[in-house]
Amino acid sequence: MIEPIFLAEAAINGIMLGGILALLALGLNLIFGVIDIVWIAYVDLVMVCMYVLYFVVQVYGWPFWLGALAAMAFGAALGVGVHLLIITPILGSAPVNQLLATGGLLFFLQSFATFLWTTDHKSVRLALPSWEIGGIFLPATRLIPFAISILALAGLYVFLTRTYVGTAIRAVSQDREAMALMGASPQRIYIVTSAVGGLMAGLAGALLLFQYSVHPFFGGQFGPLTFMICVLGGLGNMVGAFVASFVMSEIISIAGVVWSTEMGYVIAFVVFIVMIFARPGGILARRQ
Amino acid sequence: MTPGRALGLALAALLAAGPFLPLGGMKEYGLHVMVQIFIWSFIGGAWSLMGRFRLVSLGHGAFLGLGAYATTLLWNSWGLTPWLGGVLAVLLTAVVAVIVAYPCSRFQVVGHYFALVTLAVGEVVRLLIIAERNWTGGSLGVSLRPAGRDSLVAMQFADKRVFYYAAFVLWLLGLWVWARVDRSMARSAMEAIGEDETAAASVGIHITRFKIGITVLSASLTAVGGVAYAQYISYVNPDTLAGIGVSLRIVFAVVLGGMYSLLGATVGTALTIALGEYLRIVFGLRFIGMAETIYGLLLIVFIIFLPSGIYGSLRDLVQRLRSAPARAEA
Repeated sequence: MIEPIFLAEAAINGIMLGGILALLALGLNLIFGVIDIVWIAYVDLVMVCMYVLYFVVQVYGWPFWLGALAAMAFGAALGVGVHLLIITPILGSAPVNQLLATGGLLFFLQSFATFLWTTDHKSVRLALPSWEIGGIFLPATRLIPFAISILALAGLYVFLTRTYVGTAIRAVSQDREAMALMGASPQRIYIVTSAVGGLMAGLAGALLLFQYSVHPFFGGQFGPLTFMICVLGGLGNMVGAFVASFVMSEIISIAGVVWSTEMGYVIAFVVFIVMIFARPGGILARRQ
Repeated sequence: MTPGRALGLALAALLAAGPFLPLGGMKEYGLHVMVQIFIWSFIGGAWSLMGRFRLVSLGHGAFLGLGAYATTLLWNSWGLTPWLGGVLAVLLTAVVAVIVAYPCSRFQVVGHYFALVTLAVGEVVRLLIIAERNWTGGSLGVSLRPAGRDSLVAMQFADKRVFYYAAFVLWLLGLWVWARVDRSMARSAMEAIGEDETAAASVGIHITRFKIGITVLSASLTAVGGVAYAQYISYVNPDTLAGIGVSLRIVFAVVLGGMYSLLGATVGTALTIALGEYLRIVFGLRFIGMAETIYGLLLIVFIIFLPSGIYGSLRDLVQRLRSAPARAEA
């Protein structure tokens, strides 16, 4: 039997991980809800942002917070670029083609990163304290990203509900055709959404670099999980995705301690499959 | 169709004579590339049996991996001949396919949701292979235990020509199955289901039965492809035979070729493999990752500019040229 203290620690780690997963999932879900295309390569964009941050901090000696801002700006630019170059031409294509175009981007980003920066793991060493409360370790490398991601999610909520652009974004995600009939241009909203999604990818990358080292195949570690959280929460449903992030992170974290890391993911994916059958509209959807 | 059929026969004859053509030093390598094209075309064809009816699976790596691993492990641990092991592997895969397809059909999981459920299934198989590293070899993979000499029982041969003909026959078999499905009543039923499930059900089509049927057929053929590939390469690895990477590669090749035509999967697979090999030769070990980078870039460009695939676009073009005089009424 595993000591309760380890389980408690796993549960707390799960919450910390959930914050970052929520950031990833909400960025992807925002894009999905508005543009109706799954960016298979979303976490690979995060990976590129992590490299940007790594280089400005380790090679050019910028302070970490400034590097994080640069990574976010880069992410936003990348999001707009992806939208204009890849998504715009395929907006009317079959869903398979849309999935595959961003899938091609995944191959491209992974291999281009391999080409530019090799497959070495790169990490930024941060000298941060760690606290111990009742035998449970709470390192700042986990607490700070968690706090920032919660703040960022609150900021996203305010942006979507209290600003004019945010309201327009929600309007498009509710009814694409009606928006065009009202005389608003969906393309402008799409660009803003892609920029915000990219910005969140940059921020998530910065927060992930606190704990993880970056390598070209980093996307594979979080990519499938991120789509599944989006679906589990209900595609386009922000609150659902937020809740689903914590459900999945707890499963992964606790099962990871009880069995093994891989089994944690296996159980999370099986839960996902079962939940799709039980509640196809997401965990927060009402049953029909 | 007579010129088309004649061309097809000539091509088949050329392929059948392939191993005896004077290719000089490139022969072994040429045969190796051709075997890969046959096997992956077969697998791509199996995928398109589902894909063409809007059942876009991103988890065919699961079926591929099950087929390859089951036969390899049965042979390695108990010396069970891959002929029998292959049958068991296909049965196992068919059972898994039913387990996935039944609830998907029952709860009307379609479109993006179906793609993501199958993607999860693919990842589950890959992670289970890695997690059970004591007997699957984990992420390092497993080599097929050598039989020591050419053996029909072990399905191991030193001569590539044997594999060439086996893969050739397999490929023809895949085309035959594809054509049979294409001409069957099931095709009309599946197309109706793909268009509108409720409408299909209202005219008396048994949706669950057809969906499970086509999924089992597609998955079983994919598993056969996995067995063939494992026997040929004699090494299995979770990252190359299961999970999202290989699943995406299969889908890419098929969509690139065109999934609504008999030879679409073959054209797409031949092109992606030829492109991959060409880039690998050009760049070699000098710029690691550059070949794959160009590959990814070209895939994006192809998807954007040739949405119905290369073969499909060519066929459309030929048809448009042929019917150019009759187009006035259109």
